[in-house]
Amino acid sequence: MKFKNVAAAVMLTALSTVPSQVFAGCPTKGVKELTGAGATFPYPLYSKMFSEYDKACGVKVNYQSIGSGGGIRQISEMTVDFGASDGIMDDKQKAAAKGGAILHIPTVSGATAVIFNLPNVQTSQLKITPDILADIYLKKINNWNDKRIAAANAAVKLPDLAIAVVHRSDGSGTTFIFTDYLSKVSSDWKEKVGSSTSVNWPGDVGGKGNEGVANSVKQIPGAIGYVEVAYAKQNKIPWAQLQNKAKKFLDPSLDGAAAAADITNLPDNMEVSITDSSNPNAYPISGFTWILAYENQTDPAKADAVAQLVNWMVTDGQKFAAPLEYAPLKGAAVKKAQALVKKIKSYGALVLK
Amino acid sequence: MTRDSQATVESAAGMLSGVKPLSARQQVINLGDRIFYVITKSFAVLIILLTALLVADLFRGAWESINHFGLTFLVGTTWDPVTREFSTLPTVVGTLVKGFIALLLAVPLSFGSAVFICFYTPRWLRPVISYPIELLAGIPSIIFGMWGLFAMVPVIRVIQIWLKANFGWFFLFNGPAVYGVGVLSGSVILFIMITPIITAISKEILLTVPRAQIEGMLALGSTKWEAIWKVALPYSRIGLFGAVILGLGRAVGETMAVTMVGGNSFDMIHSLFDPVHSMASQIASEFSEATYSLYVSSLIYVGLVLFGITILISLLAQFLIWKISRGKLALLD
Amino acid sequence: MLGCISVSVFFLVAILGYVLVHGASYIDWEFLTATPVPAGETGGGIANALVGSFLVVIVASLLALPIGIGAAIFINEFPSLGFGHTVRFLAEVLTGVPSIVVGLFAYALIVIPSGGFSALSGSVAYAFIMVPIILISAHEALRLVPDSLREASLALGIPKWRTIMGVVLPVSSRALVTGAVLAISRALGEAAPMLFTAFGNSFWNINPTKPVATVPLLIYTYATGPYEDWHQKAWAASFVLLMVVLFTSVLTRAFLRGKSNE
Repeated sequence: MKFKNVAAAVMLTALSTVPSQVFAGCPTKGVKELTGAGATFPYPLYSKMFSEYDKACGVKVNYQSIGSGGGIRQISEMTVDFGASDGIMDDKQKAAAKGGAILHIPTVSGATAVIFNLPNVQTSQLKITPDILADIYLKKINNWNDKRIAAANAAVKLPDLAIAVVHRSDGSGTTFIFTDYLSKVSSDWKEKVGSSTSVNWPGDVGGKGNEGVANSVKQIPGAIGYVEVAYAKQNKIPWAQLQNKAKKFLDPSLDGAAAAADITNLPDNMEVSITDSSNPNAYPISGFTWILAYENQTDPAKADAVAQLVNWMVTDGQKFAAPLEYAPLKGAAVKKAQALVKKIKSYGALVLK
Repeated sequence: MTRDSQATVESAAGMLSGVKPLSARQQVINLGDRIFYVITKSFAVLIILLTALLVADLFRGAWESINHFGLTFLVGTTWDPVTREFSTLPTVVGTLVKGFIALLLAVPLSFGSAVFICFYTPRWLRPVISYPIELLAGIPSIIFGMWGLFAMVPVIRVIQIWLKANFGWFFLFNGPAVYGVGVLSGSVILFIMITPIITAISKEILLTVPRAQIEGMLALGSTKWEAIWKVALPYSRIGLFGAVILGLGRAVGETMAVTMVGGNSFDMIHSLFDPVHSMASQIASEFSEATYSLYVSSLIYVGLVLFGITILISLLAQFLIWKISRGKLALLD
Repeated sequence: MLGCISVSVFFLVAILGYVLVHGASYIDWEFLTATPVPAGETGGGIANALVGSFLVVIVASLLALPIGIGAAIFINEFPSLGFGHTVRFLAEVLTGVPSIVVGLFAYALIVIPSGGFSALSGSVAYAFIMVPIILISAHEALRLVPDSLREASLALGIPKWRTIMGVVLPVSSRALVTGAVLAISRALGEAAPMLFTAFGNSFWNINPTKPVATVPLLIYTYATGPYEDWHQKAWAASFVLLMVVLFTSVLTRAFLRGKSNE
């Protein structure tokens, strides 16, 4: 055992000094296949990343988007090599994980857009403050010509039209981020509804998936909803500008999401919510998405493969993020992510040096 | 019929050999029959076994929730994952209403189509019409869902708005017409989905009505329609019922399509236009993200309730069949 | 009557037309023979999903057809009052189990004990959905075979099992096939059970003990994605799936027509 570790260490050192020919980041112990499951939000990005990884290393990473909860469950049952989630595991879930402690390693962040359907109002023309958003979803504001909305939108003519509130009918990380934000900016929301991947919405229509919400908003006059930015862009649905903590009105954007993640007091374990971020350029409804991997693994080859893969994802793999509308990790976030990957051990020995 | 013939064989055997009639099992006398009997019986037993396993698995998964909520789960109206309060009455109502309306629309249409294929179409033309019907039955639910959301819901929305404008005083039409998604959309998509199944099976059933019976009626001077209505349909009523059961099963268990056009709310419905979950769409929607064990357990409890309701409906169907056949235990007729 | 048929045909045309219009441009040779490409790239195909679906459904049929038809034969040909009644009743109840619950059951039954996802567990899930449909339609089919045929065969001294295999089954074959085709097409189109069993795979795989891609799951993933490109692929894949269903139906009937002519 000890000899093997020394040999591995020697090999790794030797390999790390070999320039260009060897792609830094490929598994070194012969693993050719990995299985991962979880969040749907990063699926397009991961599919691109893993395709490139296959080209570079000949390793097939099979990732299926069965939802964050599914990812948490499968990694707990150890039927997959790594999980992925838009939400942080709570203490009960962590206790239920069969393989011990789980690391939350962030890969990218993303923004959630608030979309609407109003005649003659274009994208970015509608401005919404946090309290208005919360009260609309609490069904306290029911019509678009309400005084409070008008006060924030002097330049726009708002019609006498009932507001149709659209939310997700299925549990999702997007809902988690959205309700987390509402809980932070409205004590009323926090008390009456709370935050989770699925909540007891005060009203109205539930759409299945981002696609369902986008379509419902598109079809119902007077509707308002929340979707990942990519869906709003691809479906060409107008979105509103939201007011952040620094009182600036911002469009949902990659820069806004990256800024939300770029704050000074990130915890080492990176299990943090970045909604209502203090960064003055932050878009208020943003969130990380994490890879879930066991800290103490028992299969050295698999542990090496997982560590190499995730390390690659948070470094070289980041270049695929922006073209696909995901905000790459910046500055302190990358360093903390890499530090987390380095914590992966197999039989007590660190995998990545 | 089979029992009567068994009785014939039994009594014949009895008369011939002076021994009392044999039971079914005892009639299986030669080796080939014996082996066949054992094989087919084990398949039947396997089904019972698997069902028992399924129910056991459901109970095991739902246990935490059953312990926690007991039977209040069935009558409460709150579903709140944050306060951890779960109950399922609105979704039960949603499932039953959507399924019932779908059946109401589907059964006449399916029977009518089946009659048309069997009695009003020349033999060579039958496959040409039957294949498309079977094709419709094979369309995946996700396609129905997508088509429903993009193509059907806008049409339903227009209909709903018209209904509300003209008949809004009627409680069924006094709801949020502009949503488009809701009970009506859910019912209509289910109706479109179960019609081909009921049609396909009914067609097969009707095709086996002996020509002699129909021709007898015609010879007595009835019209074609009378012959169908008074002879063909009653003759095959039990099989037709079986077809309807298959359709009902699909309607109650259908997940994907209903989730996309049903509106998916947990509130009790008051009109045809209100959005509401069905039990299947609720389980499918929430399961992947259910983050704590009581949540998962409650969803499985919903599955158990659905199972229970399906049993009740099937029992009701049995009772109706029994009544229709005037007391004979119709299944093994 | 004509009105009834017209309505069904109308919906079929509406749906098929919609699918075709939205996806036809995407169907080409590459689509049918290549594996999926990642997000942001055009091209690629659904070949691995087509093969995967075939694999899973064929194995499922091999499981479900004998069980469903065998049990139906038992209920109808060996009457045993309570028992047969119960089995038929249970089959009717089972048709109402949502596909996601079936998937979870297969997950608990096979995936957890075996430690991983596999095409085999997917086949078990599909078989569970197919058996009730096959059983009920087969039972109805067998029930309609006139007893005179059975009695004639028995009177000739032919043992019961040969009567069933040689007389009853061929006579009811067309209805049996209808039931089988309905069940197979149902299985070909179900995505939910695959989520926790066959799991899905972005790469080629024909090993039944490993995860495998299936067409309905792929359609679901593409349909719920944000890219218009993906939606088109979903529609195109749907059209391909429908053609497969039609083809299966035509093929099975032609095969059986040949057999029953013997």
